[in-house]
Amino acid sequence: MNDFHLLHTEGLSRFYPGVRALDSVDFDLAAGEVHVLFGENGAGKSTLISLLAGANTPSAGQIHVRGAPLQFTNVQDARQEGISAVFQEFSLIPTLSVAQNLCLGEEPVQHGLLDKVALLQRAQRSLDELGFEIDASALVATLSRAQQQMVEIAKGLRGQVSVLILDEPTASLTERETTKLFALIRRLKTQGVGIVYISHRMQEINQIADRVTVLRDGKKVCTVKAADTSHDQLISLMSGRTIEKIYPHIEYRPGELVLDIQQVSTPSGVHNASITVRRGEVVGLAGLVGCGKSELLRAAYGLDAVSSGKVFLKGQDHTRTNPTKSLKAGYFYLPPDRKSEGLVLGFCSAANITLSALSGPLRGLSGWLRKKDAQSMASAAGEQVELSHRNLGKTVGLLSGGNQQKALFAKGLTRAMDLYVFDEPTVGVDVGTRSALYKVIKQLCESGAAVVLISSDLPEILHLAHRAYVMYGGEVMGELQGPEITEGGLLNLFFDAKETLA
Amino acid sequence: MTTQNAVALPTAPPTLPQRAMQVALRLFVQLGVLPFMLALAVLVFGSLSDPFLSTQNLMNLLRQSVYLILVSMGQMLVLVTGGFDLSVGTTMALTSVISALVMQTLGSSLPDMAGLVIVLGCTAGLIAGLTVGLLNGLGIAWAGVSPFIVTMGVQSIGFGAALYLTGGVPVNGLPPAFSDLFGFGNVLGLPLPVLVTALCVAAIYLLMNRLPTGTYLLAVGGNAKAAALSGIATRKVLLMAYIFCAVLASISGLLLTARVETGEANLGGTVALESIAACVIAGVSLRGGIGRVPNVVMGAIFINLVQNGMNLTNVGSYLQMVVLGLLLIIAVVADQFRQRMILPSPT
Ligand SMILES: Nc1ncnc2c1ncn2[C@@H]1O[C@H](COP(=O)(O)OP(=O)(O)OP(=O)(O)O)[C@@H](O)[C@H]1O
Ligand SMILES: [Mg+2]
Repeated sequence: MNDFHLLHTEGLSRFYPGVRALDSVDFDLAAGEVHVLFGENGAGKSTLISLLAGANTPSAGQIHVRGAPLQFTNVQDARQEGISAVFQEFSLIPTLSVAQNLCLGEEPVQHGLLDKVALLQRAQRSLDELGFEIDASALVATLSRAQQQMVEIAKGLRGQVSVLILDEPTASLTERETTKLFALIRRLKTQGVGIVYISHRMQEINQIADRVTVLRDGKKVCTVKAADTSHDQLISLMSGRTIEKIYPHIEYRPGELVLDIQQVSTPSGVHNASITVRRGEVVGLAGLVGCGKSELLRAAYGLDAVSSGKVFLKGQDHTRTNPTKSLKAGYFYLPPDRKSEGLVLGFCSAANITLSALSGPLRGLSGWLRKKDAQSMASAAGEQVELSHRNLGKTVGLLSGGNQQKALFAKGLTRAMDLYVFDEPTVGVDVGTRSALYKVIKQLCESGAAVVLISSDLPEILHLAHRAYVMYGGEVMGELQGPEITEGGLLNLFFDAKETLA
Repeated sequence: MTTQNAVALPTAPPTLPQRAMQVALRLFVQLGVLPFMLALAVLVFGSLSDPFLSTQNLMNLLRQSVYLILVSMGQMLVLVTGGFDLSVGTTMALTSVISALVMQTLGSSLPDMAGLVIVLGCTAGLIAGLTVGLLNGLGIAWAGVSPFIVTMGVQSIGFGAALYLTGGVPVNGLPPAFSDLFGFGNVLGLPLPVLVTALCVAAIYLLMNRLPTGTYLLAVGGNAKAAALSGIATRKVLLMAYIFCAVLASISGLLLTARVETGEANLGGTVALESIAACVIAGVSLRGGIGRVPNVVMGAIFINLVQNGMNLTNVGSYLQMVVLGLLLIIAVVADQFRQRMILPSPT
């Protein structure tokens, strides 16, 4: 190695029974660069960084830090070398406060006793410095997924950091937080911090990447300069095939009214929100983190309470309901947090996919389960979302993040529904699969279902929605139709008038 | 979005009973169901039985409660890590038998040195407890076996060993000074067992609230994998929890031995269930991650209070079991409601 590397690996590998998760990878990171890892779901990106961060030990190969060969047995070892990681799967303790989480393992101590005041102050300061509006004394369990992500990032930045690893940090953030994060990344770059960054969002590669390393099936395909490589080139390197169009064109044939939400307020922070959804249309719901876009449809589904207002489903009053009733009435809701709400992690993918069909189509006459049908149902749904056959039988908890998301998505395809609400459906899904999921949405919509797409990924709303609502602070700020749905049009509604002036 | 929203007050001017309800509701959300059950029990037994509220009976109650308080404290330490310890009863028995045997044997050969005999006896008993904790901790933290299996196995081993050592008969002939001091002694006007327990409670309170270790215990129970990724040595934390638990049970065993003036293998037969019940009533989560020391002390006192009250009002021991079981279930159900009020979205 002639130029100076903060970090490099030689032949780094990690094997699991039957899987070469990472296969002899040479990777290097220079000071002050943003090095993006790019690859399909299950390509080995998270495995690579877990080795770099000491959360996992290599089966073969060597990690060098500043030229010296090192072996990490745990996360603490890596931190000692200034390597800090924000993992794809959250490492927060839900039953502790934000402050306790931020200082976990490095509590301020005075005369041998915990200094609770300093603990809270230190945590709040680190959040404020990053511009994240989160109360440090709040319990982590009460935070939204996006807020947890921000706490996670703040946690990764404590102490002296020379290598920062971020595994899909923006997956559940919206524009504003992402902008803040990128400003932070640029600041760290000028201080000589090396950053390893994983993302499936192509536009982010343009914005921050210096170099890109492409992984496929655990092997390194190549490392390229971001400035010299087009999106199409990256995608074909990643998947070995070309994808002509990520976003399909969805026919717009609005039919009868399916969901009619009238002036609903909820204890979870929605005020007087009204939206309508018809058959044959995709309605986008955009807005900042915590603006109530998710809460509104959760309440309509029966996961949260409705304090005032009315919800009509196919003309019937559906205001006081619960998820079981909603499913029966043809209302499907795909939750955003696959770990805590979506999947039974100990079950295999197939069992997860057919879980909500057990009480319906899979119940034989005498109440016995129809095992055969369950199997074919799971593989049919799996095929639609491009979940490979060998992953169907695997325990969901052991799959890569993106493959878990596919399994979650497939849960909605086991029964014909009238209304599909997808809450952040493509979090952590690779570009190829994303286009497959969009095709499924197209099929559902064109075959006459009503679709609501709640998303923090702006391009998704721009390209797929026929109509879009933007929410801010629990209220619906405006509705855009067809050609009105542009980036500027949406973003104008993202912040209320006061903030735009300031 | 905040927790206050869940119990937001309506704007119409409230009447007096409404106000009282609201205050009660807020107290319930903050403190849980235990204070209400405690108040109710005091009210009921106080009106049914005159001696119940006498200073003497209350002091008696406190003195009876210390054994369960100590064990429950230890039980809480392992419950918050997401496990439990079924072998606390055995730990008490083994401590009792071994300390008594040592004191009996040494006492006959060194009749003039009661102090030394007592110190050696207690040490032997504590070492026995420590061994039990070490076995539990190693089995659970290093071998990765479930707490249910490990502590149940150890409980059987310990009980068998205690019976084997004594042949099933109580060990007599302890130095009188041992019982005079640790069973019936007073220091600063307080019974010594109460004082020892108070010290232990204070120590555990410090551990849980003012030392990083307390946070680690909660973190391991809240999400073990996340705790490990945060650089916490989860195995050491687990090992420590089981050792502390066993030592607390062991101290309880010593105090009880002094009280009954014999070493008995049957000591602490029901204490495993009672201590878990005390913790659960006190709002300790069986899934780990949540637990408060003062509440657990209250929980243990509550169980003894109900037993004491039922004894005074002549409720038979069979019916007592029914009542205790009911109370446990009511407490857990109420706690579920409370959880739902704190976290707005039930997921
Ligand atoms: N503990 C484990 N046991 C068995 N297989 C595993 C384990 N951990 C990971 N794998 C497998 O290793 C492969 C690589 O997984 P990894 O999480 O690194 O993918 P990834 O590139 O991060 O994907 P994504 O973009 O979906 O997050 C996957 O096929 C996964 O199923
Ligand atoms: Mg990953």
